[in-house]
Amino acid sequence: MTTTPDQDTALTAAALALGDDALVLSHRLGEWAGHAPVLEEEVALANIALDLLGQARVLLSLAGDEDELAFLREERAFRNLQLVEQPNGDFAHTIARQLYFSTYQHLLHTELAAGDGPFAPLAGKVVKEVAYHSDHAEQWTLRLGDGTTTGHTRMQRAVDALWRYTGEMFQPVEGLGVDWPALETAWLERITRVLHRATLTVPDGPRTGAWTAGAGRQGLHTEPFGRMLAEMQHLHRSHPGATW
Amino acid sequence: MTDTDWPLWEVFVRSRRGLSHTHAGSLHAPDAELALRNARDLYTRRGEGVSLWVVPSSAVTASSPDEKDPFFEPAADKPYRHPTFYEIPEGVRHL
Repeated sequence: MTTTPDQDTALTAAALALGDDALVLSHRLGEWAGHAPVLEEEVALANIALDLLGQARVLLSLAGDEDELAFLREERAFRNLQLVEQPNGDFAHTIARQLYFSTYQHLLHTELAAGDGPFAPLAGKVVKEVAYHSDHAEQWTLRLGDGTTTGHTRMQRAVDALWRYTGEMFQPVEGLGVDWPALETAWLERITRVLHRATLTVPDGPRTGAWTAGAGRQGLHTEPFGRMLAEMQHLHRSHPGATW
Repeated sequence: MTDTDWPLWEVFVRSRRGLSHTHAGSLHAPDAELALRNARDLYTRRGEGVSLWVVPSSAVTASSPDEKDPFFEPAADKPYRHPTFYEIPEGVRHL
């Protein structure tokens, strides 16, 4: 496929946006290693993290050198959604973040895979991985929401807390050729269905406008992201060019 | 890690079509649906399987080590029960 320089720039920006989402969430999920509630769940989260890391490597390689992009960029140069950089919180927060993001990723990549754009081949593979991620999040949302009182309270608190980060997902990313309003409608329908099944209330707070997230794609990030980056990058920065 | 009172499940993996499910190990999970997913993550992450069974460990009835002799000993001296007296045709791999 031949592209004009403008299209190339848009494609690089899109690869960076999607790649940063995958990279940052992968790192967050990796933080559960050694801390997950049970061993089985730790392996499940690590598997999801590794799927995302694989996606990030492909996408960032489309935008430049994957290592340089991951380890040597400053905070303001990252294009990920603010949702994925949010701290793990308790297990319910992690599951709510997974539910919101994997549902979005599944719908987005299903559409990309069906198109004939440059991301279609990768998206075909991603759809299968993310179908499992979203199933994992839904299964846990149902059990936490429709389980014990503690689980229900915590899961409701988590879906409420992260709600304001969900509008940002549907700001158009140039170069992807996606019907964003339709994507958002489908996302809302699916999330509403899952939350209802889990006996949870769909949050009624705002998803766009004041007091909501909205500038991750422009390089503005929330406070915890800087600390996460410091941890993620310090080894590479301390030993430039080291191999093992 | 904290203790959970989740039940134990036995995991059986079928590695390819045409083979039977083989016991792979066990895991903890709150219910069958999650046991299946945990089994997927723990026992098939390197492409080991095409099908999974999970069975509550409590549903397994095991032979007792004390009964080893009456159960298994008599089989040892009956070589005519073993298929060792004819050659396996070429191309039959899973007999």
